[in-house]
Amino acid sequence: MIDRKHLLGLEELSAQEIELFLNTARSFKEVLERPIPKVPTLRGKTVANLFFEPSTRTRLSFELAEKRLSADTVSFSASGSSMSKGESLKDTARNVEAMQIDIIVIRHRSSGAPHFLARSLECSVVNAGDGMHEHPTQGLLDIFTIREYKKRIEGLKVVIVGDIAHSRVARSNIWGLSKLGAKVVVCGPRTLIPLEVERLGVQVTSDISDALADADVVNVLRIQLERQESSLFPTAREYSRCFGITRERLLAAKKDVLVMHPGPMNRGVEIAQDVADGPFSVILEQVTNGVAVRMAVLYLLSGLDTGDKLE
Amino acid sequence: MKFVEKAQIMDAKAIDRAIARIAHEIVERNQGTEGIVLIGIRKRGVPLASRIQSKLKEFEGTDVPLGVLDITLYRDDLQQIGPAPIIRSTEIPVDITGKVVVLVDDVLFTGRTVRAALDEIVDFGRPRAIQLAVLVDRGHRELPVRADFVGKNLPTARREIVAVNLEEEDGVDAVSIGEVVEV
Repeated sequence: MIDRKHLLGLEELSAQEIELFLNTARSFKEVLERPIPKVPTLRGKTVANLFFEPSTRTRLSFELAEKRLSADTVSFSASGSSMSKGESLKDTARNVEAMQIDIIVIRHRSSGAPHFLARSLECSVVNAGDGMHEHPTQGLLDIFTIREYKKRIEGLKVVIVGDIAHSRVARSNIWGLSKLGAKVVVCGPRTLIPLEVERLGVQVTSDISDALADADVVNVLRIQLERQESSLFPTAREYSRCFGITRERLLAAKKDVLVMHPGPMNRGVEIAQDVADGPFSVILEQVTNGVAVRMAVLYLLSGLDTGDKLE
Repeated sequence: MKFVEKAQIMDAKAIDRAIARIAHEIVERNQGTEGIVLIGIRKRGVPLASRIQSKLKEFEGTDVPLGVLDITLYRDDLQQIGPAPIIRSTEIPVDITGKVVVLVDDVLFTGRTVRAALDEIVDFGRPRAIQLAVLVDRGHRELPVRADFVGKNLPTARREIVAVNLEEEDGVDAVSIGEVVEV
């Protein structure tokens, strides 16, 4: 059982709680394979999706998860809302809550925005990505996908390649995977690796062949081409030459290596065309699993009476 | 809170005989085992369904498909039970459309579990018929539900508890009646 009202990050979860999310997601994956892939569990609950930052995949995935659980949903995105009229985050959220919302799913460009809401509102809050901090449901679905193929997490070598410094996906993966006993290696240009990241218990390297040697899983992060302007890396071509995941480079990894990517991909930059569509790629499976994982999260958080339970 | 047993109602022999009779009745009612799918409701309906399956194999020589149903997601009291209960797997191995589904559970009480199971089953397809087999019918229905096959009718008071123990789950076969008392 989970005695928790919010999902803000994987950092604060115990290994047992992560396992419960993953096991529950497995049951929901079975639900999604039924002739009628919908259950009445959250009938009467209302979920608001507040996306203050653009998102296609995550938002669709949450909306689908909510509908598959029979919740009522309302969604809004920053453009065209009163946020652009200067309303504060807290006021927007309190107004939403005043409409009898049970769960708020929030994506925001500022780290800590979901935590702020969790402190100021009565309803449950799910972090759908906050700034450079965490993206817990992405972390869970990555781990779920790995476990589905490898049947375990403990002892696996998982390499995260790319812009670690700006990546909330990387942080959620690092927390979750290391709690479950995986060996996590991060790899990228020094300028895109945060100082002291070792203290999270990961190994750091800037040598891609070193990183990929005997890897069980390679999680390729999106390289944000905007970062080029702030001189964090010279050009996309150079990044690709040094860190791009190609078929040749993957030869160093285990024979049954999994290649993952949280999307959206820059094909030919961080990941080669034939790797993205190749036999090791589980990128679309990640998307499928995302719905099951988000159903599990919504289900487990909604079981609590709001108000009288502590986070 | 402690369960205090007042009387044992069935022992291993009695349970086995009841299951054998239920299996015979299923065959009789359906004129064979053609088109039958047994589905056990978690948790103790599952071993019971599996035992009925072995009896059918023994009596008729046929292998009847066996499924498992977890009704948690269809419960009508989810708002009341606090922390979200753990969901276990549901496995329906065959397309149930046009088949005769025999739902199996240990105790028939308020009928709410059966209501949830019926709702869940019809999301998997449109069976030709759904029948219900229970080891114990203890009365006190809150919904218009009845069993087709009953191992034992057991009149009870509402506050009493019927405890079904099965080898597969509890290490011993026994049905007993008792009460929960404050300690």
